[in-house]
Parts: sequence; structure tokens; C-alpha cells
Amino acid sequence: MDPFEVEGDSRKSNKPKYSKFTQQELPACKPLLTPGIVVSAFSLIGILFVPIGLASLSASQEIVELIDRYDTSCVPMTDKVGFIQNSKTDKTCTRTLTVPKQMKSPIYVYYQIGDFYQNHRRYVKSRSDKQLRYKEAAGLTKNCEPEGNSADGAPIIPCGLIAWSLFNDTYTISVNKKAIEVNKKGIAWQSDKNNKFGSDVYPSNFQKGNIIGGAKLNESIPLSEQEDLIVWMRTAALPTFRKLYGRIEADIMANDQLTVVIQNNYNTYSFGGSKVLVLSTTSWIGGKNNFIGVAYLTIGGLCLFLAVGFIVLYMFKPRALGDPSYLSWNRDILD
Amino acid sequence: MAGGGGGDGRRRRRRKMQLSRLYSFACGRRPSVADDDPGSRIGGPGFSRVVNAGALAQQPPPEQLLPTGSNSISTTKYNVATFLPKSLFEQFRRVANVYFLISACLAYTKLAPYTSASAIAPLVIVIVATMVKEAVEDWRRNQQDTEVNNRRTKVFQDGAFQDAKWKDLRVGDIVKVEKDDFFPADLVLLSSSYEDAVCYVETMNLDGETNLKLKQSLEVTSNLQDDESFSSFGAVIRCEDPNAHLYSFVGNIEIEEQPHPLSPQQLLLRDSKLRNTEFVYGVVIFTGHDTKVMQNAMKVPSKRSNIEKKMDWIIYLLLSLLVLISFIGSIFFGIATRDDLRDGRTKRWYLRPDDTTIYFDPKKAAISAVLHFLTAMMLYGYFIPISLYISIEIVKLLQARFINQDIHMYHEETDTPAHARTSNLNEELGQVDTILTDKTGTLTCNSMEFIKCSIAGTAYGRGITAVERAMAKRKGSPLIADMDNGIERFQPEGNIAVKGFNFMDERVMNGNWVNQPHSNVIEMFFRLLAVCHTCIPEVDEESGKISYEAESPDEAAFVVAARELGFTFYQRTQTGVSLHELDPLSGKQVDRSYKILHVLEFNSARKRMSVIVKDEEGKTFLFSKGADSVMFERLSSSEGAYRQVTQQHINEYADAGLRTLVLAYRELEEDEYAYFDRKFTAAKNSVSADRDEKIEEAADLLERDLILLGATAVEDKLQKGVPECIDKLAQAGIKIWVLTGDKMETAINIGYACSLLRQGMKQITITLETADIIALEKGSDKAAITEASKDNVVRQINEGKKLINASVGETFALIIDGKSLTYALEDDAKGIFLDLAIGCGSVICCRSSPKQKALVTRLVKTGTGKVTLAIGDGANDVGMIQEADIGVGISGAEGMQAVMASDVSIAQFRFLERLLLVHGHWCYSRISSMICYFFYKNITFGVTMFLYEAHTTFSGQAFYNDWAMALYNVLFTSLPVIAMGVFDQDVSARFCLKYPMLYQEGPQNLLFRWARILGWMLYGVASAVIIFFLSAGSLQYQAFRKSGEVMDIESLGATAYTCVVWAVNAQMAITVSYFTLIQHICIWGGIALWYVFLVAYGAITPTFSTTFFMVFVDALAGAPSYWVVTLLVSAAALIPYFTYAAIKTWFFPDYHNKIQWLRHRDRGQPDSNADLEFGQALRQFSVRSTGVGVSARRDAVELVRLNTKVYHADPPQLS
Repeated sequence: MDPFEVEGDSRKSNKPKYSKFTQQELPACKPLLTPGIVVSAFSLIGILFVPIGLASLSASQEIVELIDRYDTSCVPMTDKVGFIQNSKTDKTCTRTLTVPKQMKSPIYVYYQIGDFYQNHRRYVKSRSDKQLRYKEAAGLTKNCEPEGNSADGAPIIPCGLIAWSLFNDTYTISVNKKAIEVNKKGIAWQSDKNNKFGSDVYPSNFQKGNIIGGAKLNESIPLSEQEDLIVWMRTAALPTFRKLYGRIEADIMANDQLTVVIQNNYNTYSFGGSKVLVLSTTSWIGGKNNFIGVAYLTIGGLCLFLAVGFIVLYMFKPRALGDPSYLSWNRDILD
Repeated sequence: MAGGGGGDGRRRRRRKMQLSRLYSFACGRRPSVADDDPGSRIGGPGFSRVVNAGALAQQPPPEQLLPTGSNSISTTKYNVATFLPKSLFEQFRRVANVYFLISACLAYTKLAPYTSASAIAPLVIVIVATMVKEAVEDWRRNQQDTEVNNRRTKVFQDGAFQDAKWKDLRVGDIVKVEKDDFFPADLVLLSSSYEDAVCYVETMNLDGETNLKLKQSLEVTSNLQDDESFSSFGAVIRCEDPNAHLYSFVGNIEIEEQPHPLSPQQLLLRDSKLRNTEFVYGVVIFTGHDTKVMQNAMKVPSKRSNIEKKMDWIIYLLLSLLVLISFIGSIFFGIATRDDLRDGRTKRWYLRPDDTTIYFDPKKAAISAVLHFLTAMMLYGYFIPISLYISIEIVKLLQARFINQDIHMYHEETDTPAHARTSNLNEELGQVDTILTDKTGTLTCNSMEFIKCSIAGTAYGRGITAVERAMAKRKGSPLIADMDNGIERFQPEGNIAVKGFNFMDERVMNGNWVNQPHSNVIEMFFRLLAVCHTCIPEVDEESGKISYEAESPDEAAFVVAARELGFTFYQRTQTGVSLHELDPLSGKQVDRSYKILHVLEFNSARKRMSVIVKDEEGKTFLFSKGADSVMFERLSSSEGAYRQVTQQHINEYADAGLRTLVLAYRELEEDEYAYFDRKFTAAKNSVSADRDEKIEEAADLLERDLILLGATAVEDKLQKGVPECIDKLAQAGIKIWVLTGDKMETAINIGYACSLLRQGMKQITITLETADIIALEKGSDKAAITEASKDNVVRQINEGKKLINASVGETFALIIDGKSLTYALEDDAKGIFLDLAIGCGSVICCRSSPKQKALVTRLVKTGTGKVTLAIGDGANDVGMIQEADIGVGISGAEGMQAVMASDVSIAQFRFLERLLLVHGHWCYSRISSMICYFFYKNITFGVTMFLYEAHTTFSGQAFYNDWAMALYNVLFTSLPVIAMGVFDQDVSARFCLKYPMLYQEGPQNLLFRWARILGWMLYGVASAVIIFFLSAGSLQYQAFRKSGEVMDIESLGATAYTCVVWAVNAQMAITVSYFTLIQHICIWGGIALWYVFLVAYGAITPTFSTTFFMVFVDALAGAPSYWVVTLLVSAAALIPYFTYAAIKTWFFPDYHNKIQWLRHRDRGQPDSNADLEFGQALRQFSVRSTGVGVSARRDAVELVRLNTKVYHADPPQLS
């Protein structure tokens, strides 16, 4: 089978066996960037990209997004850090928003944090996947230090900095003064719930140390049902990120008054990060981001421009390609 | 065989002649007193070997231990035990591998940005693959060794000679070697089938010489002529320790307590072959690796190609880039880390800077930064492609296979394909700037053909030489055209009816010579041809055909010619030769015998050889043949009838590129001979230092007053296709230097014949054969001669340079002889000599010794810094083959020595054209594209990781999943690049040969210049920037699915990774210029593999696949945005290159682009006229840079011989 194996039967003669393969004469396409190919390639990309861009852009434009940055207005101007770190103070904060356009359900509620380096290597590594998954692996806290074991040496479940710094702001939303339910079920990836977080693993010793990081967990609910934790444990790629908080399964009309009562517990003030509440609908492209559409239109446009440019070049400088008389720098010498 | 063969053998022996007498003083020389007595050193340091042979072998050796070396050899690099450590050591001699090993070790520390297993795996894969390759190669060597070790020979055991394997031989064994067998070890010759215990040995495997060498045993042992006599034989041999000197041996043999001195004359070397002798007996003295041939087997100096050397620099460059960006990252990381804890307050509290490890400690930010530096070095390790070396090795191996497989470089007659013996120089074949070639056997066939002769002032022979044909072609003379047709009829397609004979003239053939005037002279002429030589006839018993074993092809040509002309030499006895002669009186065949009294050997000083014979009537004749320069002055002054005419003919022959010899004879008086005999014998038997001079003197006395018979002309035919090949190579801008041992005139003539020299060229000749120097040489003051010669040479060189500088538009040829070369190569002169030579279109060095050839090669190599290729076929070319950047061996008639030392072997010179222009160019273009692409794809990958790390405050977090990263180079992007390295063709073979100027891309290094390499690297950075920012911008924080989920590290990583895989593979698709099915499979297969990996790896339990668990199936595949982004990013990443490539091929095409255009246009309209025009234009492309292409081209210029200088043809090389 191996085309190279022609030596075996050449005992009598050393003559190489002829085949298109060994003689490197396989049938082949020999692409050459002729004007036709170049122009049509660019045109094709352009013609393909512009509609995709328009579709993405319109999908993005369709989306209704309600954004409210509340971190600065929910704390006193002085000593933000002291305020947030004080467990005694009342951190309730009420925000009122007006919906500009009708929002069809499902409406996704996100919290967005800025300048939070969930992707820091120390942070990313500070977890124990086995412990999250298996009951008997409770003691596997090697990577979790300093949040691996409690003061008396018992393993913290879930261990590590990620879990420890779990986001703990809460939002209570009411539309036109009427409370509306925020569904917090089904916000985590199904595969995470099924395979990464054990249904028989319960939190223990969590947030019992001298420094409390973030949210506490209900010790009677298994980890696989702690969807806020599961969402949080999927570390974000970039320092500004959104995480799914819940889902509103009712339409909100335009000009509706939205009142959000926020328990502003989470400390982003130490590192100067922002906190934003986001309510957003989705479309096929996902959330609101014109970038994809604009990028498509830009590149599509660029390609069309290049196609035209090459046509013009070809028309005004009709270089009969392959014509010997156009080997310009040689003519200088010959003349 | 052992018992019965004895008597039979003896009878046969009687019939055989004893050739020892033939070699009257050249060979059969016993060690003379002059060579200071070496026997005294025996037993001393370096001479301690004691061998107990035969019956004595059972006795314990006196004092010393018996040498116990086994005769089995091993040329393998490794054995089972040493393979692992040794090959690992070899692997880690590479800088890149050491880097990866350190990375892998550090991966076990906390420093590692990824898991240790994923760091080790690629390294292990690469190392194991390389080791498997090593192991397979070594296994092949091992099999060869086993084959040799298991060869059979006959060893004396238990009273009889029995079959044994080579490897079982022990020192002291007595062996019997039969005709045409190889000697299994170094033996001391005891006796042979000849009565005087001589034997003939062919040493082709040792020194490449095909002529037979005579060996003779000591008289004491020569009577051991049958198997039985060894039952009682016993001897002790004391000799030197094993060493590598092939031509020296010191020792003695003690038989019955009586020591006899041994010399190289008794030594039979392993791997040489017994010829013309039924059998010999010998004692094994050196076995296995102790043998001289094995001691000589030096390692071929390993050569590295320029591209590989440059690649090292690229690696260093990347390493420093790596250090640089790691350093920058570390500074930022240090600052960010220190900021985390200020005045006891933690900033990024979620990182717990108050309770941290040393790696992230704000209080010791500097140390953390240093440690981060190490992490970053590991993280960006992807800048350096781990699989680069192994990929290149695989590619080169496969390229070499293609060279071996090329049917167009297969020589049908000798059944030899081309063979790339080392694969690491493939691409160097595409960069050759200067070819240094041997002449005899390389440009020519080294099979002499008797083509013309001049007898008694009449020129005979209607054959036409290549030179004459070349001349005729230029003139376009119809007469010559007729002659050309005649040739075709006479000599169909170079397939000569009788090897060595291309003579046609009805006036003398078929016995017609009897009717010619001077028929007696013609008779004597033919007789001389048949008698005056040292050939041995071999009569085929079935067909009765006679073939000849000759020391040189010239001699063979003479005897063959004599046979064809009616004087068949059929027997050589101990004392004479026998001929079938045509008797002019009766017109019948008669048998005549001539008693050979003496042979006066040829040597380069004498330039002639003579025999003294006594015919049946008792008359004594001296037959002599030699170079015209020495022969004419020895002719009798009274005899001048056709001297002028003969001289004229000889000049014509020399001009026609023939080797000529003058034949003359003399009848000797009885007393004159007797006087000579006495004197000559006395000289031979003398032991003084001036023995040779005395012999010379005696011979000189006799070789005078000769009577001229005529002259012969022998053609050393050019190999098929040589002029066309040289023409093509010259068109390709390759400079060709001919380094030959021949005389200047012959070399010049061949230069013309093979289109190396052209009539329009001005010849600059540097020679010391000038009158004043010759006059000076008559004197004895050596210092003065040297000084004058040196001045003379330097003056000539400077004159030549002035000449070149003064003229415009002329081309020059430099011809220099060996003696001048000696001075020109001295340190203070070689600079100007090289300058002069570079200014000339063609260079011919005549009369150069093997060492000079190597020195010239070194001078060109180091002086110009360009790639040199040396091509040769004989042992004398080994030096230059090893010295040159690339050595090419012609696997021709002169043995394997050159081939063994070469990097590539081909059967014929003309295959060089295809080897360089097609395979060389392809390999060069492939490897350079491949390396550029390799760096591009790794930089693209690495820079995306860097950009991502910048978004993590340089914490060392990897963008991609550990295993995905690990497999990037080995799985997703490795096959396409290998496929490109093996199969890509910028221009098809046909066009490579049609437009040889294309080759200049190699020597000018257009495809691997820094601009191109850096361009690719920058493009890699640009691609990475496009990929990272487009994908991160598209999928930043908003939901990416309709169901509202947002991106996390791994989904964004997987998306960006997908874009990288698409971009680099699609980039490959637009880079490749020869898109076969294989390319399709590799490129699209690479992409498919990535998806397969995503699915398969994602399906494994999350404790292993960690964050990549179900990343594709669950998250990405269902998200339109993922696919939309993939399309966007990969297209965007390719647009810059595509635009650049379009503009480049349109407006600034490389040479190969131009040819691609031409091919493209041709496909539409096969217009041969424009084709030609275009070709002409293409040729101008790089003519300016070399000036050689045109100069050696034969274009339409008439080749008319204006040069009326008298040439002397050289005498045959008998030694």
C-alpha cells in the first residue's frame, strides 16, 4: 500500500518503479493569483460578508438592553471600602429604571463586574474539581490554599478562592411597583450541573474563617443545585465580565418603571471595579454587541473595495500578465 | 575441495604464467636496506602483537596474551544497552530540545502555567519519533553488519579446511581464500596457487583503484601449496599493533625458530578481493575492528546545510524575543502584584494577597516577578516549534526518497539509480554557486577508444570526436553533416560494437593494410601495439573470445585495437607473449611468440614505457611508446622521413581532444643488449638509495635512436549529455571549475568539447612551463626556484586581473597548471587568485593533485562563502568531495571510494542537471517555505497567548486548554506543513529545466533571506492580533447564545483556538502552489482533527478534560455566534496575505511567479513563439549577477578553432 515500498521487489533491478506518486507527477491544482481569481475571491468574501454583517447588526440592534451601574451610587462617597467591609451596616440600595422599549421574555438578568481578574492564574487554579464532584474527595484541597482547610483542619467544601469570593449582591426586581419573579433555576450549564458538581456533595466549613470572602451557601443544598456558585465557578475570560443572575419570564413593556432593590454586599471597591446590573433580551447572535456586525461590514466592505481596486488597477494598468514585454526591469538593460 | 583439489590445482598452476616477472622493478620490489631496518622495533611500543599461527596456536603465547579480538564488526551507533542513554544524549544536544526538557521539568513545579503531563507529552512524542528513526537506521546498519559477519570462508581446523563464518575467525587462524572472494581479515600471505606464491589483489573497496596489485609471500612459506601441508605448519608472527596505515606494515615471521622479515608485500587487507589467482593461504593477524580498513573507516564529517545554520539563528532570535516579552510581562506582573497590598490593605482581595505563596507575594514582588519570568518562558514556549526539527527530518528523508526514486536519474546500463546518502543537504542542492568537477570518469567515460592513428606519415581513421562534431555543428557545413550521418551509421547511439575501439578506415582494416605503402611499417606498428603493454588476456573458454585485463583503459584500447586490426594478443606466459598475426606474405593467420626480456615501466617522469623482446628469429627489439615530448627527442636523427607529418597529425589529434602517443622501435644488437642487461640487472639488485636513478640511467641508455612508426590517438569519450548538462548548469548561473589531473592541452580540449570554453572567450593561462623557469629548474638552488616561480605566478595573476579590469563585455577563462596552483594557493597569493578566478567565466585547473583539489575547494568555499559542490568518481576526488559543502560521487567504473565519501551519488554527470535544477530547487523552495510557515504558525499561536496574558495582568494564565496547546504542533498543524515540505512544487520539473535561470533563486537565497523570514514572522504577529482582538471583541461580555449564557475562559479560548487552526491551515492552502489530494487531506484533515479533538476530549470525564468538558457539544456548536466569529476571524486573518500575494505576483513577481504566469498563459494558447520570446526575457533575469550563464553558453556563436597553438597530448596514465 505504501507507495514508497517499491524497494522490496527490486532485487533484480534497481530501477525505480514508475508511478505518478514516486515521480512527483500527481494530478494537482496549481492555483495562481490571476486577476480573475483575485477579484472573484474578494468579491465573494464581500458579497458573503455584507449580508452576514447586516443580519448580525440587525439582530444586535433588536436586542433591548437595560444597563445600570450602581456601585458608586449605592455607597457613601467616603470610605467605600470601610462601608462595604462592615457587616453591620445596611447595604440595601434601591434603583429605579425606565424601560425604553418592550422587552420580550425571557429577559436575562446579569451582573457585570469590571476590573475583576477572575482570569488571574492564582485565582483560576484555586479550586478542586474532584472535591466539587465527588463526596469522597472532600479532602483534596491541595490547590485551594489559603481557602483549603478551616482553622481546625477540616476541609472547606467548596474550597478555593473562586468559591470563597462568590458574588453576593442580590437583586429584587419589581415592575411598576409589582414584584416580579426572577427565576434562578437553569442559569448554569446543564453539563456542569450533571457532571462537575456532585449531587451528594454539600457545602461545609464554607465562609467560616476569619475573613469572609463573599456569599455563603445553604449547607442543606447539594452543590449541583447551587446554580449561582456553578455560574460563578466558570471563570470569566476577560476582566470585565457578566454573569447570569436569573431570568425574568415575563414581558416588560416600554416605559415601564423598574425598581430594583439591591443588597450591595460585594466588595469591588478595594480594587476599583465596577458593578453593573444588566437586563437583556437575546437573539440568535446572543446579547447586544454590534462588534460582530460592524466587523463583518468592515471586512466585507474592504474586500469589495479591494475587488474594485484590483479591477481598476487591471483596467488602467492593463498588464497582460505573462507577456514578456512587461518584465520591466529587464527592458531597461536591454534598451 | 580440500583434498582432491590439490593435484588438480597444481597442474593448472603450471599452465599459468608467472606475472611477477612483468613487474620488473615497479612492483616486485623487496624492502631495501635504505628503508632503515624496521625489524629492530618489533617488540617495542606499538609493535607488540604476537600471533601464534597453525600448530603453534595451541601453545600458550610467550609472555604476552594472545590478542583475542573477534572478527565480527559492528558499524552501528548503538546497541541494546547504550541505545537509550546515547540517543537521548544526542537528542538533547539540540538547544531547542534542552529548552523543552527544562520546561518539562519545571512543569512539575508550581511555576507551570499548564499541567505537567501536557508539557511532557509533545516532547516525548517528538523524542520518541526521532529515536525510532535512529533505531530503524541503526537496525539497517546492523543488518548489513550481520550479512558481512556471516559471510563464509575456509579455515584450517582439525587437519582440513572447513567452512566458517567471518565472525568466528580468530587471530592466528589459517584461512584459504578462493578466487574473487574478499579477504575476511588482514592476512599474512603464506602461499598461493602460483608456484612463486604471488597473487593479485583488487583494492577497490580500499582506495578505489581498479587495477590489480601484486602480492608475494616469503620464500620460506611459498612451498605450502596444498591443504595437507598445514597440518604440521606452525609459526609465530610478531608485528606492529593495529593502525590505519594501509601501505606500511612491519613485522616478522618465525618459522622453526628462524625469523624472516615481513613487509606490506605479504599483507592482504580485509575487504580487498583476490583476483586472477585460484586460491591463497594466509594467517589472520588482525581481525574485526583491528583491521586496517576498519581503522581507516573514519567518520564522514557531518555537514549541515546553510538553511539549517540560519535556522539556528532564527531560533536564537525567537529565544531572545521570548526572553524579551517574558521580561516585559514580568515587569507588569511585578507592578500589579506589588499593588495588591498597599499599607496593609488588600486591593484584589479575592486573590488573598495577604496570605499567599512566594509566586504571588506582594511583599516580595521582585521575587515573584523573577519566578513569573520562568512561568512566562514556559508559557511562550510555543514560539519555538517543538516539532520543527523532527518535521524537517521527516521531510528531508522523504525528499531523499523521491530523489532515489526519480526514474529520470536512473542509469539503465549500469542499473544505478541516484542515491541521496545523506538527507540533510537536500536543500543545499538548490543553492549551489560553484561546481568543482573532476574530468576523467566524471565528464568523460574513462573508457578509452582507439579512434585514429598516424602510420608512416599517413593519417588513418575516419572517426569523429565530440570536439570535431561540436565544431562542425557551429559551421553547419553540409560535408560535416554527411560525416555526422556516417557516424550514426557506424556507431549507433553510442553503443559501440567493440568496447574501446571506434576506428574505421577501410584502408587498413580487414587486412587491407598489406596493400598500403609502407606496409612493413604498418605491420611493425600493429605488432608494437600488441606487444608493448602489461595487459593480461582472458580467454573465454566457451566462445573463444579474448578480453583483456589492463591497468589503464588506454592500454586496453591498444590491445583491443591490435586485435581488431589483425594482431590478436592471446597469451601471456612467464617469459613472453603470443600473438595471432596476419602474415603479409602468405595472407594467413600465423601464431608468433615473443620472448619478453625486460619491461621498462611507465612512470610520470619517464612518460614512456618500453619492452625488450626477442622474436622467433632471435632478433631483439626495443618497442617503445610515449608522449611526443619525450619521444621525438629520442628518435634517431638520421631517420626523419615522416617526422614532420606525424608531428602535424599529433597536433591535429590533440586539437580534436584526443590523447596521443608516439610509437617507435629499434632493433638491438646482441652485445648492446648484453651490456644493458648487465647494467640493468646490477641496478635492480643494488640496495643503495640511488637505485632508481641507476635503473633510469640504464633504461635511458637503451631508449634512444628510435625509429618512428607513427602515433595513436585515443579518445576519452565525453559522457552522454555532458555538454548539454554543462550548458544548462551554466545557464542556471552556476560556475563550473574543472579540476583535473590531465595535461593542460587535454583539459582545454575537453573544455571546448563540453562547452565549458567557447571560442569568444579570452584565455588567461597561468603556467610555469615558461622558458626562464625551465632554465632555472636546471639549476639546483631550490630556494631560488621557489622564489622565482612564486613571483612568476603572482605576476601572471596580476596581469590577468589587469586584463579583466581593462576589458568590458568580454568573458574570460582561467587555466592554471598544478605547479602554479601550488604557489597560487599559498596564503599570501590565494586572495588575488580567487579574485581572478571569480572574474572568469570558466576555470580549469590542470595537473592538480588530490590535495590541491581539496585545497581549491576549500578556497572557493571559504573565500566566496557560497555553496560549493564537488563531483568526482575516483579515490583522488575524495578530498574535495569531503571538503565541499556537497559532495557528489559518480558511481562509475573507478570503484566506490568517491561514492562512499559523497553525500549524493549519481551514475552519470548529466543527472546533475536534474538533481540540481529540479530536486535541488524544489527542496530549497520547499524547505524555506516550510520553515517560514512553521515560524509563522507558532508565532500566531504564541502571540495570541501573549495578548491574552496581558489581559490577566500577566499572571501567567494560559489562554487555551493544556492539552489543546500541547497538541497544536503535533496534531492540528503538523501534517500540512510536512506535506508542503515533501510535495510542493512551485514550478513543475519540465519548467525547472526549461528555464534554468529559476535556479538562481537558490544561490541568491531569495526564498530564505531575512526579509522574507521576518516578513512571515511579522505576519504571524499581525494574524495573532487580528485573531485575538476580533474574537475577544466579538465575544466580550454579552451573551453569546440565544439562551443567555456568557463566555468563559475556555469557550473564548476554544473559539480563538478554532480561529487559529482555521487561519493557519487556510493560510497553508493559499501558500501551496501544487495542490494534490494529499494536501487536501492534510489541510482539511488538520482542521477536522481539531473538531474531533473538541468532541472526543470534551466527552471524557471532567476530572481529566477539566474546563474543556463538553465545551463544543454543549456550548459552542449550538451557538451561531461561534460559527460566525470563526468565519469572520479566519477570513480577516488571511486578507493581508492574500492582498500582498496578489500584488506581488502581479507587479513584483518572483522568478517562479513569472514561470507560473507563463504556464498559466500557455494553458490557454500554446503559442511557442511567444514562449520562446518570454523565455529569452526570463533569461535576462539574473544574468547580470553572475555573468557566467551567458559566457559559457554556446548560443549561436561559431566554434571555430582559431587557436593555432601547438598542443601536446598527454601520455596514458599507466600507474
